[in-house]
Amino acid sequence: MDLGQFILMRQELLLTFAALVVLVAEVFTGEKNKSRIINLTLCLFALVTIIGFIPGETGNLFGGSYQSSQLTVFMKNTLNLAVLIVFLQAESWLRKPENADKISEYFILTLSTLIGMNFMISAGDFLMFYIGLETATIPIAGLAAFDKIKSKSAEAGIKLILSSALSSGILLFGLSMLYGATGTIYFADMTGLVTKDPMILLGFIFFVSGMGFKISLVPFHFWTADVYEGAPINVTSYLSVVSKGAAAFIFSIVLFTVFKNIVELWKPMIYTLAIFTMTLGNLFAIRQDNIKRFLAFSSIAQAGFILLGILGAGELGMTAIVYFVLVYVFTNLGAFGVVAAIHNASGVENISGYNGLYQTNPKLGLLMTISLFSLAGIPPIAGFFGKFFLFTAAAGSGYYILVLIAVLNATISLYYYLLVIKAIFIEKNEQPIPTFRSSNAMRIALVMCITGVFVIGFASGIFEYIRSISKLFLN
Amino acid sequence: MIEGIGIEHFLVVSTLMFFTGICGFIIRRNLITMLMSIELILNSVNINFLVFNRYLYPDQMQGHFFSLFIVGIAAAEASVAIALIINIYRSLQNIDVENVNEMKY
Repeated sequence: MDLGQFILMRQELLLTFAALVVLVAEVFTGEKNKSRIINLTLCLFALVTIIGFIPGETGNLFGGSYQSSQLTVFMKNTLNLAVLIVFLQAESWLRKPENADKISEYFILTLSTLIGMNFMISAGDFLMFYIGLETATIPIAGLAAFDKIKSKSAEAGIKLILSSALSSGILLFGLSMLYGATGTIYFADMTGLVTKDPMILLGFIFFVSGMGFKISLVPFHFWTADVYEGAPINVTSYLSVVSKGAAAFIFSIVLFTVFKNIVELWKPMIYTLAIFTMTLGNLFAIRQDNIKRFLAFSSIAQAGFILLGILGAGELGMTAIVYFVLVYVFTNLGAFGVVAAIHNASGVENISGYNGLYQTNPKLGLLMTISLFSLAGIPPIAGFFGKFFLFTAAAGSGYYILVLIAVLNATISLYYYLLVIKAIFIEKNEQPIPTFRSSNAMRIALVMCITGVFVIGFASGIFEYIRSISKLFLN
Repeated sequence: MIEGIGIEHFLVVSTLMFFTGICGFIIRRNLITMLMSIELILNSVNINFLVFNRYLYPDQMQGHFFSLFIVGIAAAEASVAIALIINIYRSLQNIDVENVNEMKY
């Protein structure tokens, strides 16, 4: 085997290198200079993100265990961008004195989960998929319990690790069934052997339940709101965008490639899950007052919309999902960025605390409004196009009733997003959040989000590009 | 392959273990016991992989390797979970799941 082939997994190698550099830097920096690690990691990771965009070779490694194609490279770049924004948003939070001794932990854990997600997306067999999934999940539990002194944070950590361990156990049981029925764990070999055999169906159902936990589909969503509320905001944003995005990518890849022969059997299942996820996520979001819980339920509802893309199986569905996640990265991180900035400055986490925000911090108020409009899918912002393509994909497969339900749900979601906007603009408050200036890194992150939200919506070339690479991937 | 013991014997055991694990996870109120239930689930999966490999596809190694990796990852998972349980113990002075209820609905 030629060592030059390892260039195919350049993104994973770069990330591993970055994580190791942070580790070494942690060892060789004195107690006083720990905050320098932040600057180092930000520069390093920005570099990694940029290098990732350089086009390169694609192909298979390790006898097909690792597959790299233009689509997976694009997915990884999307995740890299998201993590870069998360890191920029976390900068001022990490500089707080209570976090001084665990700066590099945050970066190393985040980077190692990102490596896991990259391997998971590139998986060519179920073993690599499982290892990637676990590498992506276990460190996040540590991250969720990052605020050691807060009991809420510890609670979030334990809830995340136990529910994710249970879900991966269920998923593994499904995989063992699939292995028993087909005799292989490779995606490419299994595709031809998947039939309507009862054992395969059982395995498939276990597999979907396990993945349902990771993407937080109803009825597997119970951990989501608690973990999102208890974890520090910068971990929550990572969980809700990067972790969910990666799981959605691999879920659609596996459904579209390995299980394409039994597409008629899994469509009704996904159909039901989509209806429940959208509706329940939305209904629970209405009654929340904590902004993190609110965004958690809104992200459950968004996961329901992603399922619409999966129903539009094939090239258009794949394109719609990748495009939606790309938009979702910028949109949701915009909203989380504002929440993080406000929390850093004033500690406010409740929606009622946002009353009168526009009078004191007009820019943040406006940014939050745009992000929430984009989440709700109001034209001409990118969120509208993301939803539009998902609905098109589902309608293209003839699911008109489902699209109707989805549109009704989008309307309900507009109601609760508007509740926040009402608090920001209309509600009067005797003591609104005082005017503050966020750090430069946070400002850069927010500008990136807002640019992304507008540019991706209008640059049709991006959608065309994703479409061409999904076509290459699926054929 | 063991003389006189068919594949179904193993599968019955592994299925029983799997559902015992699920039941234990739901019923038990102690965090450590819940973790043990998860280990039971993972071990049932290991049995499945090994038995399928040995009885149905004896000329391959995929199932064997899969179960090796499961053992390794289960250890990592257990260590992180126990660290978090200790963290919970520090703030609550016990590890009863009934008390881990600050956030609801």
